[in-house]
Amino acid sequence: MSSPINLQHVNVKLLVKDPESVDLEPLIPVFHSWIRDHVFDELLLDVADYRHVHEGPGVVLIGHQANYSVDNTDNRLGVRYNRKAPLDGTNQDRLTQATRAALTAFQRLEAESGLKGKLRFGGREVEVFINDRLLAPNLAATLEAVKPELQAFLKKLFRDSEYSLSHGADPRGLFAVAVKTSLEFALADLLANLAS
Amino acid sequence: MKVSNTQWKEKLSGKMPENLARELDIYETEIALRKQGKIDERLFAETRLRRGTYGQRYDNGQRYDGTKFQEITYPSGDLTKGPNTMWDAPGMQRIKIPGGGLNADQLETMAELAEEYSDNIAHVTTRQDFQLHYIHIDDTPSLMRRLAAAGITTREACGNSVRNVTACPYAGTCQDEVFDVTPYSHALAKFLLGHPDCQNFGRKFKPAFSGCAQHACGLTNMHDVGFIASTRNENGAQKRGFQMFVGGGLGTVPYMAKLFDSFVPVEEILPLTQAIARVFARLGEKKNRNRARIKFLVHDLGIEKFKELVLEERKTLAPDLRWTDFVKDAEQFVEAPLRQAGEWPSAASEGFQRWLKTNTRAQKQPGYVVVTVALPLGDITANQLRALADIVRRFTKETIRTTIEQNFVIRWVSQNDLPEVYKALEAVGLGDPGAGAIVDIVTCPGTDTCKLGISSSRGLAGELHKRLAEKSYQLDESVQHLHIKISGCFNSCGQHHVADLGFYGVSRKVGGFAVPHFQVVLGGEWEHNAGSYGLPVAAIPSKNIPQVVTRLTERYVADRTHGETFKDFVKRVGKVELKKALEDLAKPPADPSDRSFFSDWGDPREYTLGDMGVGECAGEVVSSIEFDLAAAEREVFEAQVALESGQIEKAGKTAYQSMVHAAKALVKINHQNISDDPGEIVAEFRTRFYDTQKFWDPYAGGKFANYLFDAHQKASQPHTGDSSRYLIDEAQLFIDAAHSCYNKMGTAVGV
Ligand code: HEM
Ligand code: SF4
Repeated sequence: MSSPINLQHVNVKLLVKDPESVDLEPLIPVFHSWIRDHVFDELLLDVADYRHVHEGPGVVLIGHQANYSVDNTDNRLGVRYNRKAPLDGTNQDRLTQATRAALTAFQRLEAESGLKGKLRFGGREVEVFINDRLLAPNLAATLEAVKPELQAFLKKLFRDSEYSLSHGADPRGLFAVAVKTSLEFALADLLANLAS
Repeated sequence: MKVSNTQWKEKLSGKMPENLARELDIYETEIALRKQGKIDERLFAETRLRRGTYGQRYDNGQRYDGTKFQEITYPSGDLTKGPNTMWDAPGMQRIKIPGGGLNADQLETMAELAEEYSDNIAHVTTRQDFQLHYIHIDDTPSLMRRLAAAGITTREACGNSVRNVTACPYAGTCQDEVFDVTPYSHALAKFLLGHPDCQNFGRKFKPAFSGCAQHACGLTNMHDVGFIASTRNENGAQKRGFQMFVGGGLGTVPYMAKLFDSFVPVEEILPLTQAIARVFARLGEKKNRNRARIKFLVHDLGIEKFKELVLEERKTLAPDLRWTDFVKDAEQFVEAPLRQAGEWPSAASEGFQRWLKTNTRAQKQPGYVVVTVALPLGDITANQLRALADIVRRFTKETIRTTIEQNFVIRWVSQNDLPEVYKALEAVGLGDPGAGAIVDIVTCPGTDTCKLGISSSRGLAGELHKRLAEKSYQLDESVQHLHIKISGCFNSCGQHHVADLGFYGVSRKVGGFAVPHFQVVLGGEWEHNAGSYGLPVAAIPSKNIPQVVTRLTERYVADRTHGETFKDFVKRVGKVELKKALEDLAKPPADPSDRSFFSDWGDPREYTLGDMGVGECAGEVVSSIEFDLAAAEREVFEAQVALESGQIEKAGKTAYQSMVHAAKALVKINHQNISDDPGEIVAEFRTRFYDTQKFWDPYAGGKFANYLFDAHQKASQPHTGDSSRYLIDEAQLFIDAAHSCYNKMGTAVGV
């Protein structure tokens, strides 16, 4: 199965539990330490602090291949992976890569002592964006075209469990789907599902 | 980096103005040639700069991680986009918005670009432009094509060119204006864009328009060329023209513009500016960037001689239809409302009342107001931009502009619609009150993204904004209207000279470690088109600046006489007294284990100047230099006090001496027996610090040393008010540079 749409620049956002209790300030030193310690294979470069902006990108770890952030767009706080560099392979490969990166980053954040266990995965909500309007305009037709690919991917990610899928309606926005599962998952489970 | 980069050209073919499409094809070819090594990196750098594509911090391939420097190994290896500027390093894209005017589609385009190429934030600048950060150079042709299709060019947004032509954002609606300057500013912008006479400048050239002389909106006094609307009676008819100024500018040492002509008819503004451009291109300094702005040429020649040359040049110009073909339309130019004029809203919530008070301004057209949308630190998200597009479509004929205070104004809002407009803005977090007030802080990018940043201006602005917003309703009315402006370094992109409370980043050494500081600049004036420039009073550690704000504002509230402005208060109380009031804040923390002072706001890494580029200063560190530099700093302050009390000669002499003493402090490090003779000190300084480039600023080069050499050469000449003022600024900068040089010596030893 392959979609006529080339799914590049995949963004995956994993929504956090109890967003009101999360303070983003301690993330700044954490992200700086990730740069210092080269925690990922990707090249990490800088930290941008947008806490002053309403429902904005929060605190962003800028990288060459991708950005990582704790993002509050649409007042939905989540750990977001934004793939900037193109990737070879299939659409499934790219969805997997971005999701794995988001999960891995979140796992690391959950374990960061500086965050005192406050930043936790909500277990049920994931958003997927394609950050390129030319490849994937935010239209019903795009959704139709990518649905089979997405469904195949989500089936694997959530191990056949039920989920609902909604699609942001504003054609001016990025192509985006929000997924909500009926069961709650831990980050490690989802990583294991992807690896299987 | 986007996969779609190969497709935009075709997709937008026929939708871009032909000339822009062609230019962008050329730019793309230049990128390809650079990648093949067929264009020299310097040439390529100027090519991209002229298209608004700037470098950004860490693009030299190294970054301080808080404990040590680390190399950044970019995938494109050694490929550069300019000297010491790595290809893959994220950069900044400036987008020119003439007069700040946009339509809804353009707001939406900006939103798309912020999302796809940047980090979901668009930033409004102090010259009505937009900036996007963290942009990969390979994405810039697509980004520019999408802008071109929306009718926007980035051409000449940076580089040695005519920069954005700014204009008062209230033009056409303001009760105090002489007439609407909008069409004239557009005509000048269009005429100068890409003009052959503007391609050979030694430095940038910034024009600005204002509708009146008394308000700040145009800041014409601090521009290379400034126009203030004016009329005169000619044969019983009102003839439009402009008061024309030339040779102003901020930068390290700010210059007030000089009056070129008190009335230039509108038909003459284009040819006269062209003549000015030609004189500037011909006679302006080219080799030494630091003296290349037109302000130096005007100063050196004197305004009379300069004017004579320009008028001579004017006579030689071949007539050009464009000089006047806009004039008729310009006189007819009016913006129209979408909705009917309305009544001021009556009953309202407290929040709405507050917003009405600070964020609306009555238009001269009854029933309409201009609404200000205050952006924290000038930042706005893609979603907010789209919401703004919806709002301006719904309530106006898309009449929105950016402002030099890093905000938006929505013009032609019917008073009837105010409750709905407020509701719509509030829903997307754009309904904060306090526009133009003390919470509405202006800041340059500073150490966040600027390569030249010394201190974190945005970090400080964020902190001050947070603190002031929390207590803003308790603040005294007189304090509410003060302006805070912050620059990350002496270059003054944050316009700190024209604030009530201005700050610019400097560094100082405390206990052997570099500590981020800000100079507190007092006495500036925002009103009257930047009526006067402030001068530095004291360098205070960054972490103490919020206390400086509290202390100075409390003192103002307590001591001000009836109706006294902050500027007048500073003058009356005197800088000596105010400096004294800040003395304890200038000191390092009493508890040496308190490390918070050694990092900057919003950046937990231990502070360093090294990210600006590796300095060449290395040598033995002698701590007595700190005392000597402090003494020199005291002297420059005394010079300021002398100037303010009218002792011009003493001011100039003392400023000069302070430089000599700072130079001596450095020379003494390796030459303990240096005498007090200025000639010997200057000579020793030259061989030890200038010729060896130890004193050089990574970007400003030998500029600050030249201040000393010039002053020394002119030491026996009498001073004027202007020359003393410049010398005081130069002396302060020289001393700041001496501190930096000394800091780098420490860094070099420590690494
Ligand atoms: C030698 C280097 C620089 C000098 C002397 C300089 C000077 C200035 C001055 C004097 C202004 C504003 C006031 C005016 O209009 O006259 C300005 C504006 C500005 N500068 Fe700089 N600047 C320099 C480099 C930079 C860099 C590297 C950045 C950031 C990457 C930067 C960012 C800005 C911004 C955001 C503005 C408001 C801008 C606009 O839209 O034109 N500047 N600069
Ligand atoms: S003032 Fe200095 S730090 Fe701020 S943007 Fe200008 S050059 Fe950079």
